Amino acid sequence: MAAASPIPALRPWTGRPIIADRRLRWTLGIAFALYLAAAIGTIEADWVRIWEGLDRGWAFVAAFSNPDFVTRWRDISEGLLESLTMTVVSTAIGIAISIPIALGAARNLAPLPVYYLCRGIITISRSFQEIIVAILFVAMFGFGPFAGVLTLSFATIGFLAKLLAEDIEDIDRSQAEAVRATGGSWMQWLNYGIQPQVMPRLIGLSLYRLDINFRESAVVGIVGAGGIGATLNTAFDRYEFDTAAAILIIIIAIVMIAEYASGIIRARVQ
Amino acid sequence: MPLTGTAEGPVWRRRTSGRQWAIWSAWLAGTALFVACWQVISASTTWFFVTDSPRVIADIGSRMVPPAWGYLGKLWEPMWDTINIATLGTLLAIVMAVPVAFLAARNTTPSALVVRPIALLIIVSSRSINSLIWALLLVSIMGPGVLAGIIAIALRSIGFIAKLLYEAIEEIDRSQVEAVTAAGAGRGQVMAYGIVPQIMPAFAGIAVFRWDINIRESTVLGLVGAGGIGLQLQSSLNILAWPQVTVILLLIVATVLVSEWVSATVRHKII
Amino acid sequence: MLVLEGLTKRYKTGDLALDHVDLEVPKGQVLALIGPSGAGKSTLIRCINRLVEPTEGKVVLNGETISRLGSGGLRRARRRMGMIFQEYALVERLSVMENVLSGRLGYVGFWQSWFRRFPPKDIENAYRLLERVGLEQFYDKRADELSGGQRQRVGIARALIQDPELLLVDEPTASLDPKTSRQIMRLIRELCAERGLAAIINIHDVALAQQFVERIVGLRQGKMVYDGPPDGLTPEVLTEIYGEEDWQATRKKGGEERAADAIVEDDERLAGAL
Repeated sequence: MAAASPIPALRPWTGRPIIADRRLRWTLGIAFALYLAAAIGTIEADWVRIWEGLDRGWAFVAAFSNPDFVTRWRDISEGLLESLTMTVVSTAIGIAISIPIALGAARNLAPLPVYYLCRGIITISRSFQEIIVAILFVAMFGFGPFAGVLTLSFATIGFLAKLLAEDIEDIDRSQAEAVRATGGSWMQWLNYGIQPQVMPRLIGLSLYRLDINFRESAVVGIVGAGGIGATLNTAFDRYEFDTAAAILIIIIAIVMIAEYASGIIRARVQ
Repeated sequence: MPLTGTAEGPVWRRRTSGRQWAIWSAWLAGTALFVACWQVISASTTWFFVTDSPRVIADIGSRMVPPAWGYLGKLWEPMWDTINIATLGTLLAIVMAVPVAFLAARNTTPSALVVRPIALLIIVSSRSINSLIWALLLVSIMGPGVLAGIIAIALRSIGFIAKLLYEAIEEIDRSQVEAVTAAGAGRGQVMAYGIVPQIMPAFAGIAVFRWDINIRESTVLGLVGAGGIGLQLQSSLNILAWPQVTVILLLIVATVLVSEWVSATVRHKII
Repeated sequence: MLVLEGLTKRYKTGDLALDHVDLEVPKGQVLALIGPSGAGKSTLIRCINRLVEPTEGKVVLNGETISRLGSGGLRRARRRMGMIFQEYALVERLSVMENVLSGRLGYVGFWQSWFRRFPPKDIENAYRLLERVGLEQFYDKRADELSGGQRQRVGIARALIQDPELLLVDEPTASLDPKTSRQIMRLIRELCAERGLAAIINIHDVALAQQFVERIVGLRQGKMVYDGPPDGLTPEVLTEIYGEEDWQATRKKGGEERAADAIVEDDERLAGAL
């Protein structure tokens, strides 16, 4: 440093905390620590059981190096076929229903009563976890993939219609206005003013949902709604970790392929 | 060319006929796939139950009301467990996901050839497998209980958090990192001053968002014995106590709406 | 003080960014590096503090060969070279004070910097530097709340708090308006004079370079094609550096501005005091 003249008093500086108010900062910190202690305190861990389970845990990890595709291949292939078909059908139905609901849930398109109705449908669909919906549908429509298809279609609506509606609300108004100014009808306006702007996003979201629906189709089987989940559940119940590992590897591989493929498709439609 | 000559002069079409054919055949193939898939499902569906469903729905509906409000008293403790599973699971996931994200981001990974693919594999494996499957596995390994639920939620969330976080790390402004490096900062200091401040808002948003999702997911973990309110749901369903099911469902919806509100508010404040 | 010997950089793409550059900068000399875009100006100064790894050649600072240092030695060497960036490169979400103090990172340990516990002397120095660049009341503001000129002043304070012997300045004025550009150049010039610092300044604006520095080096496609005083930049030399163009206008403008600058200076002082 250039020779400083005698330093009077050193001015302090100690950083800028995220929460400026000292008391609030401490209160929040202590409250969080107390919550953490209380929450951790309620965990009842049976350490003997866990210790015994470690062997099985290790057996499961080891099973990944030696997965068994053969012994239960019939069950696996049937479950997989069911999962894949459920994925395709439910995504298609979900998209078909989501588009009109998304139009209704976009504030810049729909009149207020329609808007509230469509937003209501979306909220209901989003608040229930897929599994809970699957349980109800199984109770209503019986065991099997039909209940699974309904579940996944229902879940697709909440996801796709919400994101699509937000995208429609974000469109460039001037483009839509320009089309309206030509004197076209409402449908023409949608087709020329709105659709071109949201199409890439719709395709991207649909592909993403296809991926999610496949992953979900692997669990709705646990509650009897068809797909590979039932096979997986049985494998765990019988401690057949090598079969379970085989199923998980197949799921991971399919998800990876789907992600890679959708990346390529999305890049092309942009 | 979209313009084709006809007897009445040139005609403009949106697409060339080759492209138009390609689009038509894609639609045809898609429809065929849909029909084929539908037939597979139809074959393994007992249609009697489906045609009978209006009666069943009316029956269940009439039995679901009035809700057994008295049952609510027994639900507070499992709900507390459910929230703990989501919160502790998210915290555990954050602890594990942050290093994975730094190893997976192109600009911070120590080795793009060895470490990065491993980190990416961890992320895709964690993301592909639903928390309910993780819970099945963990219950089978370590017995039923809240702990299995927490770990299941954590294992599922690692991939989600790490993926979004590493994408945020890859999008940072490089010049800020360069500036800190030029001052002679060490590796840790470059992260603390050059990278962490830039990804902090994204990180907080991701964590809260995942917590919100985890509340939803942890409501069903009890179905496979991993603690929380799902256990009550399962036993009520088993004894066909529909009025209790109604109360549980309403409580779940209320909790989910509150957590969604909390998460939206926090994210709004950060951004 | 700084010696470059046969400095060469070939990028992985095969582009030869620097081609055997030899340069010697004595203590306290302010030097401007001019040349067209892609001539290797940025690469040259980044090779000196090894933000870019040179392919061949030596960088020697006060007898120490920087191009051979290990990571610890490199950190210590970087402390002696302050760097100022084109787009300011402040850490946007940190406060002005934190940004200035980040110049001391090479001197303090990790945990000390993590908890923002810098030595009191550094903090006092940071306040003084902020006063020197006219931003003392902004120390608690976040960097992204400042204007371009203010940010660059913070960038300068950050470089100076390193207590460097050499400033590496990369296009300091490229994102600023003409008036602020002159203020920033003058500030750098004055600070170098006060502290006896050498500086290498990459700059696009030939007139600005002629106005503020005592030596100019011209680069073209990674080769040094001119090294001399500002007055030596004849149209022939400029053509050699940049290619064919009508250079008379630029030179005249440079001369006029130098004369006009004395008048502007007083106005700016007044404006700065407001």
